[in-house]
Amino acid sequence: MFKILRDMLRYNIEFAIGFVLTLSIFLFALAHFWAPLPDTAIYLLPPDMPPSAQYWFGTTSRGQDVLWQMSSAIWNTMLFGLTVTVLSRLLAVAVGMLSGYLGGRWDQALMTLNDTMIALPNIPILLLVYFVMRDSMSWPVLAATAALLGWNYDARLIRSVTLSLRNREFTRHAVFAGMSVPQILVRQHLPYVMPVIFFTAMNNLIWAIGLEVTLSVLGFSDINRPTIGGMIYWANQHQAIIAGIWWWIAFPIIAVVLLFLGLFLLAISVNEYIDPRSRLSRMGA
Amino acid sequence: MDGFAKYLGRRLFQFFLVIFLGVSLAFLITNLSPVDPVEQSVALMTNFGATDPRSVELMRQALQELYGLQGSMLDQYLAFWGRVIRGDFGPSLSAFPTPVMSLIMSALPWTIGLLTLSLVITWTLGNLLGALAGYYRSNLLLKLSGAAVMALHPVPAYIIGLCLLLAFGFIWPILPISGGAQMNLQPGLTLDYLRSLIVHGTLPALTLVLVGLGSWFISMRSLVSNIVTDDHVVYAELGGVSSNKIFSQYVARNALLPQLTGLALSLGNVFGGAVITEFLFNYPGVGRLMIQGIYRGDYALVLGVTTISIIAVAVAVFIIDLIYPLIDPRVRLS
Repeated sequence: MFKILRDMLRYNIEFAIGFVLTLSIFLFALAHFWAPLPDTAIYLLPPDMPPSAQYWFGTTSRGQDVLWQMSSAIWNTMLFGLTVTVLSRLLAVAVGMLSGYLGGRWDQALMTLNDTMIALPNIPILLLVYFVMRDSMSWPVLAATAALLGWNYDARLIRSVTLSLRNREFTRHAVFAGMSVPQILVRQHLPYVMPVIFFTAMNNLIWAIGLEVTLSVLGFSDINRPTIGGMIYWANQHQAIIAGIWWWIAFPIIAVVLLFLGLFLLAISVNEYIDPRSRLSRMGA
Repeated sequence: MDGFAKYLGRRLFQFFLVIFLGVSLAFLITNLSPVDPVEQSVALMTNFGATDPRSVELMRQALQELYGLQGSMLDQYLAFWGRVIRGDFGPSLSAFPTPVMSLIMSALPWTIGLLTLSLVITWTLGNLLGALAGYYRSNLLLKLSGAAVMALHPVPAYIIGLCLLLAFGFIWPILPISGGAQMNLQPGLTLDYLRSLIVHGTLPALTLVLVGLGSWFISMRSLVSNIVTDDHVVYAELGGVSSNKIFSQYVARNALLPQLTGLALSLGNVFGGAVITEFLFNYPGVGRLMIQGIYRGDYALVLGVTTISIIAVAVAVFIIDLIYPLIDPRVRLS
């Protein structure tokens, strides 16, 4: 594991940039545990201060330090993204592997359901869920809903990998040795599916974070809990652009763009590493 | 012809299944939620002052009837289907007494226009750039433009739109940032009105194009760079077929098939991006309608827009499915 990491840092410039970006943003988010003030407190600092030596990124119209707000916001946004990713991976792996291994009727039924889910527009459904839940909407509920909508692309991908494993020699050996279906799937096939899970997880994380930003920018989440989208929501509520409080909106945008860039670079370089053809062409073969 | 009929039957089944499950899902979400839409609307209306309790009771009954919330769950479900088929979601609460359906119908052309235009541009441009980048792998210009569209691809539509809005609305104010056309112009086929339509649509369309470009570029480039190593391409190269012909007839055409399937699969997501973009630029489409409905607590409107957008996306997917056999002869002939 560490050897792969070292090699990729050395030979793959995209991976190195993505790794450093993501790691520094993660460390920055981690710092919020040592924040001088609680992140939900408002009007404790002088409002609308431009960036200075005391307040590096300035303060908001709500009397909060933009730097520390961003630190908590990134943490909360990443937490949301990771929750969605883990939950939706469980679904995608279960459906994809079962569908690919069982084949026949099961495969047809599961994949028909899968394709149906893909054709449903996510955002209107999420907005409807928010609308009917209103104040009882919390971020774990939102994460669970997003996870229920975000597994189907990847289930198809995982299915195709399992499908190719199904007729391999070692699968037949396992069947003759008397292994049950769950045992075969977990012990024999999962290791082969792992790289795909990892790659789709990166893409899903990016999708989930984008979803969180989108929904909280509109105010459709717990608006008192700092998130990247939530910061932009409050900045819009106070008309920060017209009032010239640019630092309230510019720094969160820069942070989230850097985060996306970092994760995306990681995703494509991991994908390239998994695909041996492109790994060979990079080495100059 | 047999193969085509079979294909069509399968697609038709999928089409009806999507609509059935989508509409049922919309019904289930609204019915299983802990919040009662009638109480919510009553609270919204009695907020402004004390109301006679008897009229509140009457209002409650009227709303229950309007929203189709009378009788058992099964009755309500069947009644909901009846309303969907008749296209009658009742009057909108926030624009009383305009029917929800006429609000949606006046917003739908805006969304369809914006989405169709930006999708055609995105898909064509993304595939063209991706195919070129996959075919001419060492071209520096293609590499750079590829890096640019790929870097934009993970950023959500709202952020890209906001940056464009700041850039062209505030820092260098040359484009309108709100609305679908100039307010004081009479809609019609006049040159002024068309110009205003285009100018107002530029930023929303540009947002959607920038968001979508990357994913087409990435998948097309990897498809093409795989096809290039295929035997039939190598054979054509050895046979002296011109490289233009190889690119367009041997490589790009094969790679376009999965991309067309991808277009059908991506429509649901693309629609989501359009919802947000419309809201950001105050564009008069269904996305803005829905978000306004949420802010104003308009139950009938939100439910109506969700249902109609599920159906509209399903129809669009089905149309693409119908185009597919025109491009892939295997479906037609097998």
